[in-house]
Amino acid sequence: MAEIRIENVRKEFAGFVAVQGSTLTIADGTFFVMLGPSGCGKTTTLRMIAGLELPTSGRILLDGEDVTMRRAAERDIAFVFQMYALYPHMDVRGNIAFPLRCQGVPRAEIRRRVEETARLLRIGDLLDRPVSGLSGGDRQRVALGRAIVRQPKAFLMDEPLGALDSEFRHLMCGELRDLHDRLGATTVYVTHDQLEAMSMADRIAVMNHGVIEQHGPPQEIYDRPATMYVADFLGSPPMNFLSFRGAVRSGDRRVVIDAAAVPVPELHEDRAEGLLALGVRPEHVRFDDAADLRGAVVGAEYMGTTQIVTVTTAAGALKARIPANRPVRTGETVGLSFRAAGLAVFDAGSGRALRSELYDQVRHG
Amino acid sequence: MSGATPITSKAQAWGRRIAGAAVIAYALVTLVPILWIVQTGFKTPSDAIAYPPKIVAEPSLEGYVNLFTTRSRQAPEYIAALPPADGWVDRLVRSRNMVVAGPSKFGERFVNSLVIGFGSTFLAVFLGTLAAYGFSRFKVPLKDDLLFFILSTRMMPPIAVAIPIFLMYRALGLTDTHLGMILLYTAVNVSLAVWLLKGFIDEIPREYEEAALIDGYSRLAAFRKVVLPQAATGIAATAIFCLIFAWNEYAFAVLLTSGEAQTLPPFIPFIIGEGGQDWPAVAAGTTLFLVPIVVFTVILRKHLLRGITFGAVRR
Repeated sequence: MAEIRIENVRKEFAGFVAVQGSTLTIADGTFFVMLGPSGCGKTTTLRMIAGLELPTSGRILLDGEDVTMRRAAERDIAFVFQMYALYPHMDVRGNIAFPLRCQGVPRAEIRRRVEETARLLRIGDLLDRPVSGLSGGDRQRVALGRAIVRQPKAFLMDEPLGALDSEFRHLMCGELRDLHDRLGATTVYVTHDQLEAMSMADRIAVMNHGVIEQHGPPQEIYDRPATMYVADFLGSPPMNFLSFRGAVRSGDRRVVIDAAAVPVPELHEDRAEGLLALGVRPEHVRFDDAADLRGAVVGAEYMGTTQIVTVTTAAGALKARIPANRPVRTGETVGLSFRAAGLAVFDAGSGRALRSELYDQVRHG
Repeated sequence: MSGATPITSKAQAWGRRIAGAAVIAYALVTLVPILWIVQTGFKTPSDAIAYPPKIVAEPSLEGYVNLFTTRSRQAPEYIAALPPADGWVDRLVRSRNMVVAGPSKFGERFVNSLVIGFGSTFLAVFLGTLAAYGFSRFKVPLKDDLLFFILSTRMMPPIAVAIPIFLMYRALGLTDTHLGMILLYTAVNVSLAVWLLKGFIDEIPREYEEAALIDGYSRLAAFRKVVLPQAATGIAATAIFCLIFAWNEYAFAVLLTSGEAQTLPPFIPFIIGEGGQDWPAVAAGTTLFLVPIVVFTVILRKHLLRGITFGAVRR
């Protein structure tokens, strides 16, 4: 049970910066997800917390104690690897007992704790099987068992579900979250899958090119993305960007796109004439014949209760999630109106969101 | 195979028969010299040199008796005057008008071969495993150059350095000692061991050790409990190669050993010298010379087969 804090942690590999000066605090008991594409530095950050890599500069604190230079063995943290890393020369029992044997726990106690862990993970009947014959999901459970059997301060998981097929992954997501709630230990979970992140996390950090772009609760990151990158990474389909040129001033409540006025949350920031982008979630788009902003329908994907309609406008293509019962013809010209309260305006050059009423409660990451 | 039509399975059956016949034919060709040696060891000296050769001969242990004993020729009257022979060895020797004078050097030489062969194999594999692990896992300065240097020691035939080694060994007093031969064979084998084992250890994912490090083990404990068991296949294969080299090595053994530490390869040719051309004794010595390698290989066979398919297993 621990709070994890990383301060200005930077990691360089020969001529390449993997993580550039991240700072964040993970509160005790949080299910914290680091989300980002491969190569964004999320796994490197995790490995530094574990002690498998040493940071080039910066500090790592566990419960306020500086562990930056401690060896992995001395940090009392468990790590679940993507490819499980189960020891192939041991059976399930041997794998789960392995961390305890190192601590000199008495035999009877090891036996009791291994069996208790196996029961918790529902693999009690597999204890004496070799690990080579197990299914992916069972291997994952054994890897989890090896992590939880020693009751560590925190769990670090590096894409632990990455090797499972999608249906089973969904099931394991639920199990992992249940397990976390039952054990209450701090968990840091790395993934590139936004659905996994959204469904499990208490808090998410979105990383890109070694930088944490934004961190906060999933809902906040989804509703109030700090950068265009974050807005684009979350949601399927992701946020639409309508680019336009113009100047905005603090207090403006509308922007002008393609000669059409679009109401937005009140802006708190001035911007001289420049390239901007209006961020619109697909579910905030409505077809409205009275609207000034027009577009032509290119195609539609039927999703059951909703459909995703692609529309081209003068400001760029846009995907709208609308009820499935609205008939749509390809080539049809439609008017587009947006739910004003959910709109974000970005500086297209830097990618950062302009301060507005939408972001009132949010600290910029 | 269940979906195959009868025609295909018949063709497959024939294919298997032909392949089987080819394997048996090849095995016969390669095994004939060995069978001939084993059989000659159990022939009498006269049967061994009979012309035309005897395919089937009365089995005799005379070759083995001659291999392990030294004998002296005596007049028949002297032998007749001796107390009754005790045991079949004495009777056999006396029937050739000889008496046993004492044990031969074969036993000692055999032990020398075992000590030097297994000793140098153990050392080469031990050092090779540690070095290979280091090269595989750590940042070693000049790693590529060092690896190339290690490999380059095998680019010339070892005998090319025979004279410097001979002179060094004489100066150091290592000539004709077990230690000297073990060091020499270790030096030759360790480069092979490093390269072979590095390949095997590279194949073991680092995550296993990292998992052990996180589980609280030291680097050394992780190496011993996680890496070594998984490298067992590679270690077994490497050990066989090293042992075969050390066991069969002839040139250095002739040059550097004469008595104390002489191994079997230089000794076996001398078996023939005592009392005419004793082919059965030579064949018996050769047969026994083959046994340890065969036994060692059979024991490690399981690992060897796994070693061949090592890279093919999905992890």
